[in-house]
Amino acid sequence: MTPQLEILITVVIVSSACAALGVFLILRKMAMMTDAISHTILLGIVIAFFITKSLTSPFLIIGAACMGVFTVYLTEMLKRTRLMAEDSAIGIVFPFLFSIAIILITKYAGNTHLDVDSVLLGELVFVPFDRLVVFGRDIGAKSLYVMGTILLINMLFIAVFYKELKLATFDAALASVLGFSPVFIHYALMGLVSITAVGAFESVGSILVIAFMIGPPVTAYMLTDQLKKMLILSILIGIVNAIVGYWISAILDVSIAGSIATIIGITYLFAFIFAPKRGILAMIHLRRVQQIEYAVKSLLFHLYNHEGTDIEKEESNRHSIYKHLHWDKRFLERVLKKAARRDYLSVNKEYLKLTPEGRKYAIKSYEVL
Amino acid sequence: MMFLESLLRDYTLQIVALGSVILGAVSGILGSFAVLRKQSLLGDAVSHAALPGIAFVFLLTGVKKTEMLLLGALISGLIGAFIIISIDRYTRIKFDSALGLILSSFFGLGLVLLTYIQKRPNANQAGLETFIFGQASTLLKRDVYIMIALGGIILLVVGLFWKELKLFCFDCEFGKSIGFSDTKINLILSSITVLAIIIGLQSVGVILMSALLISPGVAARQWTDKLSCMVILASVFGMVSGVVGTLISSSVAHMPTGPVIVMVISVIMFFSLLFATKRGILWRYIKTRRDSRDINECKILINLYESALNHEEVRHAHKTTMLKPIKSLHYLRDKGYIRRDYLNTWVITDLGMEKARNSIDKNRGERV
Repeated sequence: MTPQLEILITVVIVSSACAALGVFLILRKMAMMTDAISHTILLGIVIAFFITKSLTSPFLIIGAACMGVFTVYLTEMLKRTRLMAEDSAIGIVFPFLFSIAIILITKYAGNTHLDVDSVLLGELVFVPFDRLVVFGRDIGAKSLYVMGTILLINMLFIAVFYKELKLATFDAALASVLGFSPVFIHYALMGLVSITAVGAFESVGSILVIAFMIGPPVTAYMLTDQLKKMLILSILIGIVNAIVGYWISAILDVSIAGSIATIIGITYLFAFIFAPKRGILAMIHLRRVQQIEYAVKSLLFHLYNHEGTDIEKEESNRHSIYKHLHWDKRFLERVLKKAARRDYLSVNKEYLKLTPEGRKYAIKSYEVL
Repeated sequence: MMFLESLLRDYTLQIVALGSVILGAVSGILGSFAVLRKQSLLGDAVSHAALPGIAFVFLLTGVKKTEMLLLGALISGLIGAFIIISIDRYTRIKFDSALGLILSSFFGLGLVLLTYIQKRPNANQAGLETFIFGQASTLLKRDVYIMIALGGIILLVVGLFWKELKLFCFDCEFGKSIGFSDTKINLILSSITVLAIIIGLQSVGVILMSALLISPGVAARQWTDKLSCMVILASVFGMVSGVVGTLISSSVAHMPTGPVIVMVISVIMFFSLLFATKRGILWRYIKTRRDSRDINECKILINLYESALNHEEVRHAHKTTMLKPIKSLHYLRDKGYIRRDYLNTWVITDLGMEKARNSIDKNRGERV
């Protein structure tokens, strides 16, 4: 396997592992928790490093994962005091733990390879250098296997607990009534997020972990309403983003993690603007249609109300009616056109008159209200 | 004392401390609003979003002039804030997801630009990375002047829009109904928050800036219920942590300034959570215990009162077994509401009858 291919496969695996979990995170409104966890695991690593004195010990991963869960716990504890909102709690806990980590590193670990920059920014370029050697044979880059295992665990968790996850996400109260513990699901999910973040931080850095966990699921959320479709879409988008981002970084010779994170953002921006039904353009169109629709009804009501009264002449005057309805003249023309096209109105030079059709429609719409 | 002496003598330290004071004051003020509006993490996202602006300006101009770099940071931070607010407004994507998305993708773009700059042959880009982690010791006199100017702008804007900001912190819907635009207020608040973050970028860096925004606000919130007091208190907390953090990091070897400032403000925050009057955890614990004791006493007294009414003899003594817990009995005796009869029996006094009747009336009144 060439080094390039190894990097690419690692990124694709990381993206799938993160994007799948991320779906539940954003649906559970826990997106910023990934931001917090991906920073605080540094403290876990530092503490585990001080105990084991080794940078390759598996205890580093365990320590980091524990710290991730601890972050969640601490945040919830602060929130439970009801002295602050949840977002404040997150914003307090993670800089606090992260600061301890940085102070410990600069004070006591200046000479080791524990480098703050690399934790945050990640160095995918180094992935192929760290080999997994079994029985004296080199079987590939280590992070490939680490992340592969984590991906497997995540997928198994989602497959086995799919029903519980779905229920706890959309109706936590019902879940606990039925005897599934939302707390268990919550902490299991957070534990997995921590493990995934730890496994990935070494190779891709925490920024890309955050991007993978939030970006693809959010983009998928713009496109579908179904959880299963959202999961699949999210993973697919993650993989495509990873490949495109990697490819661009190779051409421009820039940071791989940064390039992928940028592509993730751009992909979302596209969905934000062009997504059918939920995109900005679709929404603007929908709003315009609804506005005209509503205006047509208002006009019909107005005419119907004054039909046969003494002031009918004045109220249905084509040139002054916009004043009664507080409309702009141009808007009135558009509404008239729409109403006339549907034969709700007959328009002569001076006055607007309801057709029988229009009268029927006005009564019907009024009854609906 | 040693700290103060070095503060008086050391010129560089004075500059750095002054910078941290301004930063603390400004972020405390804006943090109060962010905390009240439940937008605490907006600062975190915006400070990350500032990175591509810094890199882009350097890429264009090729020089490291603080004003220009900060202008770039301001613009890209504002674009980030604008996108976040639009996503939150126009789609069903939640505010926090929007934050995470913009935070990571903008920061990613920043990294791309930084690495691109590094690969260019003639680059003197060293030092751009300090914006990520911050390095207060590199502050120059000129940087502090810029900070003062920016801080002045922020104070002015907060002063001018005080009424509107207050309205939107507490009753956004009412504000909209009387004709203020929440989009505009939101944009104004985000813009000055971005400005505050820009002030902090050089000294504490992108990542820790959010703590400096949130912790003073949360700490101040525990001590007061008035917005003006909260804002002032928060900025005082911010200033204190700025000075103390700078002094500690300058007098202990290998102590990064930003994280130490964050530690100091966190300590102030935790202290406030525990010991603040009225809202603090300790205070509430004491109050809960006192309340439950009062309720307990009241229950026993009413119990005695009602059983006294049921007996022909008002002075009938009742056994302890019926009147647990004993501790409350002693309190009641000390207040003169009941007295001890022979063995383990208790009798309600006239004063106690009065008191029980009162509290029954009061409770009945409340129930109605």
